Amino acid sequence: MKNNSSSTPTPTPTTTTNIKSTYNNSSSTMLSIDLAGIHLRNPLLLGSGFLGISQQVFNRLYNDGLGAIVSKSISVSPLDGYKGPTVVSLGEKGYLNAVGLANPGSDAFAHEIMKNQIPLIVSIVGSSQSDFPKLIRKFDKLNILGYEINLSCPHVAKMGMEVGDDPDLVTKIIKTLKSKTKKPVIIKVGIGNIDVLKLAMIIKESGADAITAINTIRAMAINVETGMPILSNKVGGLSGIPLKSIGVRCVYEISKKIDIPVIGCGGIFTWEDAIEYFLAGATAIELGSVIGYTGLKAFNQIKLGITEYLQKKDCKNIKEIVGLAHKY
Amino acid sequence: MVLHINIDKIRMVVIEEVIEETPSVKTFVFDDMLSSNAKPGQFLMVWIPRAEELPMSVMISKKKNHASITIRKHGFGSTSLFEKKQNDLIGVRGPYGNYFSLSKNVKRPLLVGGGTGLVPLMRLTTLFSKMQEKCTIIMGAQTHKEVLFKGLAEDILSKIRTNIIVTTEDGSYGIKGVVTDALKYILKKEKFDMIYTCGPELMMVGIYNLSVAHSIPIQASLERYMKCGIGICASCCINDKLVCKDGTVFNENQLSEMSEFGKVFRDKSGRPSYY
Repeated sequence: MKNNSSSTPTPTPTTTTNIKSTYNNSSSTMLSIDLAGIHLRNPLLLGSGFLGISQQVFNRLYNDGLGAIVSKSISVSPLDGYKGPTVVSLGEKGYLNAVGLANPGSDAFAHEIMKNQIPLIVSIVGSSQSDFPKLIRKFDKLNILGYEINLSCPHVAKMGMEVGDDPDLVTKIIKTLKSKTKKPVIIKVGIGNIDVLKLAMIIKESGADAITAINTIRAMAINVETGMPILSNKVGGLSGIPLKSIGVRCVYEISKKIDIPVIGCGGIFTWEDAIEYFLAGATAIELGSVIGYTGLKAFNQIKLGITEYLQKKDCKNIKEIVGLAHKY
Repeated sequence: MVLHINIDKIRMVVIEEVIEETPSVKTFVFDDMLSSNAKPGQFLMVWIPRAEELPMSVMISKKKNHASITIRKHGFGSTSLFEKKQNDLIGVRGPYGNYFSLSKNVKRPLLVGGGTGLVPLMRLTTLFSKMQEKCTIIMGAQTHKEVLFKGLAEDILSKIRTNIIVTTEDGSYGIKGVVTDALKYILKKEKFDMIYTCGPELMMVGIYNLSVAHSIPIQASLERYMKCGIGICASCCINDKLVCKDGTVFNENQLSEMSEFGKVFRDKSGRPSYY
């Protein structure tokens, strides 16, 4: 694992926001992790795309128990996204979304997080190699932990997955990013046309610091009474419980073969789901759809469940269970 | 038997009746028990197939197990709903959000609404009874033809001592001016123990300021651009609150802490925009 301690934000005392410290409990050391040189109080991250545009909401989410926040994917220029419906509940804790990468753009978002003091990872998305240095220039001097690169959004042309499906472009983007920033670069992958393991190998060889697996998977829903696709974009990305077993498989395969930290993502609704990802080899996890189902109390519920599991298993730290399933 | 219904899944409903309220406002009545039982201030996400999905406060209906939605044609989405006809299908999910609370101590409520902001206030009036000594409503419109729900409010409150004041901006009906003009006047003459309001945010800021000046508690139902309705997108955020989950109704203590109230909202991209 690379040491990138320079990227850890310096805590600055403030009077402008109330950010609660939750280090003063016994489970704090049990859940603390190091991810690509970043120290986090716990391994629960906000998945990109959820609630990710407002600093004040970030502060609230951090106070509600998350270890770090990943912003919505930010592009160079603002995007309005698609018309509604952009989110469809499938029931059974499954969702479809095609928001269309709506985001305030790099200028407005850099302004938004100007005074950030919480552990924040900025998700960035671009349609060409040249977008990424522009994005790094906007954010690199701000108090952020690092970047997650969205190479896997499944429903916007020329962005996300269309980039992730081009191995040469992926290599070029990662090399460009690594030459422009000292902060960790995390690549978010999905299920595209290239085998995820093959892509993960390319990502590792190109010098990225970690991989987030997985993004939503291309999917759609049709209303039977009208015969019409529900999402305005017709096709979107599947998230929630239906995604979980695929996410666990990807984390397992990547972390078993490739020496790179993996952040598990996809359908984590309970502490059992979370533990499954850690056993599969995830260093940290991202949460998203569960917020629509359980609300913000989900973070502490899942943390509590993880802590009790670790106590039961006589583990002193979550790191001890990462990848345990590999030995079988 | 307990029925577990996932309120997040779209329910298709048939528009059974279209009521032309004013030249620019229509009400669409449909059969849906969940919507019928909505609390005042709660909203539905309404799917207009292949056009848009809009957050809409749940309007009442006289028919059993029915509810309705009231739309003013304005932009693309609202106009596509406005143009729907009887027997057309729309989708609804919800109802979502918190709601106006009516405690036993509220004897003299004052309701202030502008335009379709009167929708949750109409639902609130159905909860009033002899427990209320007097109910006062101030309803604002641009012009006489656009006055909404006056007759309906009179019907619902026929057995309660009621004062309905209408303001029109052009003076073609009632008091000339805006609702806050009428509010300033009546607050000098009468005592109230709770203000309930819904309407354009700048109007509600004016009402909130008057409520503070007169030390009257207030509940305001806020409207914001919404994409998800279930607390995951933050399009509707105001400071650190999500209008769809923490609201739509906020009280004077919450409003006093919202520096963005009446000042900042998020546009479709999530950029802060200013009133």
